[in-house]
Amino acid sequence: MLLIHCPHCGPRDEGEFTCGGESHIQRPALSASAEDWAEYLFLRHNPAGVTYERWRHTFGCERWFNVARCTVSHRIEAVYAMTEAKPDIA
Amino acid sequence: MRYSLLSLARKAAQGHRDWPQAWRSPEPKPHYDVVIVGGGGHGLATAYYLAKNHGVTNVAVLEKGWIGGGNTGRNTTVVRSNYLFPESAAFYDHSVKLYEGLSKELNYNIMFSQRGMITLAHTRHDLEAQRRWANAMRMNGVDSDLLSLEEMREQVPALDYSPSARFPVIGGFIQRRGGTARHDAVAWGYARAADALGVDIIQNCEVTGFDYDADGVQAVRTSRGTIGAGRVGLTASGHSTVLADRLGFRLPITSYALQAFVSEPVKPVLDKVVLSPATGVYLSQSDKGELVIGGGLDLYASYAQRGNLPTVETVVAGMLTMFPSFSRMRMLRQWAGIVDVVHDSTPVFGPAPVKRVYLNCGWGTGGFKAIPAGGWCMAHMIAKDEPHPLTAAFGLDRFAKGALIDEAAASGIAH
Amino acid sequence: MTRLPTGGLIDRSKAVRFRFNGRDYAGHPGDTLASALLANGVRLIGRSFKYHRPRGIMAAGAEEANALVQLGSGSSAEPNLKATQVPLRDGLEATSVNCWPGPRFDLRGINQLASPLLIAGFYYKTFMWPSWHLFEGPIRRAAGLGLAPEGPDPDRYVHAHARHDVIVVGGGPAGLAAAHDAALAGGSVLLVESDFELGGSALWRPEVEVAPAIAALRAMANVTILTRTEVFGYYDHNSLAAVETVMAGDGPRQRLWKLRAGKVIIATGAIERPLVFAGNDRPGVMLASAAQAYVQRYGVLPGHRIVIATNNDSTKEVASVLTAAGASVDVVDSRRGLSVTHAKGALGVKAARLSDGRTLPCDLLLMSGGWSPVVHLFSQSGGSLRYDDTIAAFVPAVARQPVECVGGAAGDLGDLNIEPEWETPGSGKKFVDFANDVTARDIAIAASENYRSVEHLKRYTTLGMGSDQGKTSNVNGLALMGELTGRAPGNVGTTKFRPPYNPVTFGALAGPLVGTLHTPIKCLPAHAWHAEQGAVFEEHGRWIRPTAYPRSGESWEAAAQREALEARTSAVLFDGSPLGKIEVCGPDAAVFLDRIYVGTASTLKPGRSRYGLMLSEHGVIVDDGIFVRLAEDRFLVHTTSGGADRIALAMEEWLQCEWTDLRVAILPATSQWAVMTVSGPGARQMIADVGTDIDLADFPHMAFREGTVAGFAARVLRASFTGEASYEISVAARHATALAQRFGRAGAVPIGVEALNILRTEKGYLHIGVDTDGTTLPDDVGMAGPIAKKASDFVGRRSLLRDDAAREDRLQLVGLLSDGPMLTVGSQVLAPGGTVPGPSDGHVTSAVFSPTLGRPIAMGLVRRGRSRKGEVVELYDMGTRLKATIVDPVFVDKAGEKLNG
Repeated sequence: MLLIHCPHCGPRDEGEFTCGGESHIQRPALSASAEDWAEYLFLRHNPAGVTYERWRHTFGCERWFNVARCTVSHRIEAVYAMTEAKPDIA
Repeated sequence: MRYSLLSLARKAAQGHRDWPQAWRSPEPKPHYDVVIVGGGGHGLATAYYLAKNHGVTNVAVLEKGWIGGGNTGRNTTVVRSNYLFPESAAFYDHSVKLYEGLSKELNYNIMFSQRGMITLAHTRHDLEAQRRWANAMRMNGVDSDLLSLEEMREQVPALDYSPSARFPVIGGFIQRRGGTARHDAVAWGYARAADALGVDIIQNCEVTGFDYDADGVQAVRTSRGTIGAGRVGLTASGHSTVLADRLGFRLPITSYALQAFVSEPVKPVLDKVVLSPATGVYLSQSDKGELVIGGGLDLYASYAQRGNLPTVETVVAGMLTMFPSFSRMRMLRQWAGIVDVVHDSTPVFGPAPVKRVYLNCGWGTGGFKAIPAGGWCMAHMIAKDEPHPLTAAFGLDRFAKGALIDEAAASGIAH
Repeated sequence: MTRLPTGGLIDRSKAVRFRFNGRDYAGHPGDTLASALLANGVRLIGRSFKYHRPRGIMAAGAEEANALVQLGSGSSAEPNLKATQVPLRDGLEATSVNCWPGPRFDLRGINQLASPLLIAGFYYKTFMWPSWHLFEGPIRRAAGLGLAPEGPDPDRYVHAHARHDVIVVGGGPAGLAAAHDAALAGGSVLLVESDFELGGSALWRPEVEVAPAIAALRAMANVTILTRTEVFGYYDHNSLAAVETVMAGDGPRQRLWKLRAGKVIIATGAIERPLVFAGNDRPGVMLASAAQAYVQRYGVLPGHRIVIATNNDSTKEVASVLTAAGASVDVVDSRRGLSVTHAKGALGVKAARLSDGRTLPCDLLLMSGGWSPVVHLFSQSGGSLRYDDTIAAFVPAVARQPVECVGGAAGDLGDLNIEPEWETPGSGKKFVDFANDVTARDIAIAASENYRSVEHLKRYTTLGMGSDQGKTSNVNGLALMGELTGRAPGNVGTTKFRPPYNPVTFGALAGPLVGTLHTPIKCLPAHAWHAEQGAVFEEHGRWIRPTAYPRSGESWEAAAQREALEARTSAVLFDGSPLGKIEVCGPDAAVFLDRIYVGTASTLKPGRSRYGLMLSEHGVIVDDGIFVRLAEDRFLVHTTSGGADRIALAMEEWLQCEWTDLRVAILPATSQWAVMTVSGPGARQMIADVGTDIDLADFPHMAFREGTVAGFAARVLRASFTGEASYEISVAARHATALAQRFGRAGAVPIGVEALNILRTEKGYLHIGVDTDGTTLPDDVGMAGPIAKKASDFVGRRSLLRDDAAREDRLQLVGLLSDGPMLTVGSQVLAPGGTVPGPSDGHVTSAVFSPTLGRPIAMGLVRRGRSRKGEVVELYDMGTRLKATIVDPVFVDKAGEKLNG
């Protein structure tokens, strides 16, 4: 049971949230090659370590935000806005 | 030594002393013709069929921990081939057919029990969708039958048939050849048979990197030294992208935890494997008497092989909505495996971007049932350097083409 | 009777009556079922899992592996409970499990004869021919312990959440002290104890005084105490799960606590280990500390001639307690070179045979093989363990979460001076795992067969996988494996500790959201009115909606035919309230919708509407509906009923995550508006009849007006899913019934979902999710038209340019006409040649009997269907074959003249 610090509502149980998968993925233009389009649709970093993903506070403020989370320990390293750049996590 | 009631009795008379090793634990050799990374069912089956079907016996299977300790030993043991698309059906039905003869072939009872796999219908729309599915299965040469409400009551009496049930059962369909097998035994049976053909099974041997260049792979670096490799097969579901990173390419895979749990053992109460599409819950009863229960994936990417409570709450609520009488029974064990999830839930099978490296991954929630065919086709691909016809549609090239094989999307029912 | 005249924490002044295996007994408040049975001289409780050996009570707590009972019967049965954990209550009925007719004479006891064969791995080596499934029936019936309940659970379960600065697990001396310290620091403290009494080991060691500590804690305002509450799981971010057994009369049976702590203190004590000698499973063989607990806590002396077999100093106290209680006690200490090698006596121990050849008669044989700290929760938390030679046990090493172990759980066990003898020499069945009948020989077999990893050992022999979850067997088992393979126990390691620590009721895990509360269904605002009209209801995507309104003697199918025909000839009323309604507002609303829809929104004039198709980023059709431009900066987007929530969420995600610069707000409004659709040639007149201020003469198809209808403020859209002139009238949900009544009185015939399905199929209108699936692209259903005309990008557009989208052999939506019989949805279209098994050329997606045409019609997705019109194809449906002609999917009013009414 993760404890996620919603930037708007504060710390809440994971049951209030929805994970939207990896964040910071650039949507290519219509002119993208088939390979670039496939990369956008299907390729994810999927590290055994810190991943940068987006979450929605579904049963709360309904806002999306970014979370840096370790996929092995499930430790949350950072919570930041959708429009912010990836934080540098050692 | 051949296993039989007779050899067992003979050993019993000797006080069960000196049973021979089921497989050896050799030191790794400096070089193998083929190195398989991942000692689960797929890796061990690949090694077995390399030796058996192709005469390639200078083979090592490298396992980070203990063989069968990944998803092979962490699933709900369901075996079936009730697929809509001909590409899927041909592959998975080949697997069921291999399962049907596997105990005898390996001389190791994997306890394949074709008790039948039933999918429930709760609405008229479900009945229509299942009719399409059942017809498609027959077109694919796979057995399927629609079940009336009366047949359902007979086959699965423990379901809630009251009209006030949240998801009333109005029918269902069955693949009678579907069923369950003893998961650990599949790994051990293949290991023993592969070992007997000369394959080296190396446990506690973690792959830390590869020696490769534009001409392809040359060696595998491990916690037990560098091992030269003519060809490398990757069969490490759940951790495929970690290996791909070490080979400099990416895979369309995300790793998720898939949980399962069992009840305490009780006398027989459920004879079939039952799936409820409305709740996403599937369950069966093991020969020991435990209810074996599974549901959907955990909701975020994870490499942590441990259970989590919210998913269990959801899955149990679904089970009790279907089977209210199980409410006072108790959960005995809870665990999780890490599965490779691909967008279309179809495996990724084919040559990797690095030469002489071959992929067998992306099984999602359904790798166990695919073990025999996965090993069979992987062995073919490694030995002949070309995909087996049964897996020709499962290559990495399907993503750029958009030629996905998405059973769940087509049937509206998650697999 | 073995009840002592004094002592213990039972109330001798009151009798508690209970039944076991059909016989009446009495105990006292404060007893467990186990202590009451022992007090009544009952030693034989049941039969073992595999060999059906007679078994008694071996422990006094959660580690009990033998004494399993079934409580109650029918719908309130509870299988496989440990008698040591069942508080005695009046009227309790318990029976033995896994034996028939009873534990004394059990027909399956015959399994013991086959026991030389039933070794670890037995099943893997046999029953391969002809087929395992043939042997399974009797094997399954022999396995399985207790009986599953029959019928729905009469009790209910609830969930609760709590957050505390410190949570202390375990209310023994160490836990009480830790809780007190934590409370003094000022934070909120929760103390959780699984027993119905606080005190832990002090309950059976009265010289350890805990009453003052308990009283002090109870007086502190920042301390909460939960008893009868077992913490069974330690999860991420310092969360715990516990289950409380609630004793209040008509309340819930159990409460699942989801706890979160700043810090967790684990004070769960330690569990004594058995010794591994022949016959160590006989009734009357017991853990030494358990006997002390029965004497000191329950006032029961479980034997009079007692032999204690030990390898450590913890039994000194046991011996003195038992002697003081009046028993004669012999201590056999392996550290002095003397061991108990055999327990004699089939249904109950009668004597202990010693390694020097002597036989000591006894009626109770106690054993202590050392102690194992209860590190389960610590291990679940991610903490690592190390093997401590001084106490011969695994203890906590490095924590990964804010957690600390104290007392016995931390390995603080005093001076045990233990010298382990992991297996006592001698022949016979020496049990390591009592619950699963795993013997020392099984472990030797696993070792010689190379199942040497501790996880292989567990899985091959089933060591530790029984209903006691290996609490007494794991360390003995892995130490034996270590001895056999030349490894220290610390190098063998433990198997992974997984939740739950003790089995947890499924009902408690699920909580209240089961049955009708599982994904609750939604009712239409005018549900009662529909019921009055005789509606037959069915669920459609969580909404309960009228399927049809059969009249007396009429089937619902016939009613749907009648209703559909009414729509073609007069005026009908359809309740479309579940229709998804989302308002998209803001200066960039049009730009946003241009990116969402296949078609274009920005060119639409206010007051007009357009059909919109939505794709996923994969190009697949996910929803459709009419969107209306209410004003320059305001759109009303209609979605399918099933898509209402999903589409609003998807729009939010695009806005918040991708197009963060767009000034748009998404306002879902589905449940605010009820929609009554009046349709048919008489629709316009009927609306005029109920009264409206909207100019119906100037109200063309696909136009939108606001005004009043029957006196209610209304939004009216001219859009049609029937093919007839239709007016979708939206009013505030609270007016739904009144509006329906007005139209009903005006003579509108109510029609249900099935009639609508007939009408839209006659018109060849697509039903997303029925005529399409998750692989269907716009061109497959003939809707690629707008794409060519549109310059800009939209969701999914790039995916339509991929190779697979351009395949010529894609499935395309067409009409299908049989030469007479009804087609069935789900029938397969056979490829030319018609072999089954063989290639499929598609399938039937919709099939109805058309009342307008007086014949069956159907639609289907057929390979290259649009270029095959006129061709006769063969269909296959579960063994039957039919023929059908591929036709255009519009069966009625191809020119669409009726739409304009």
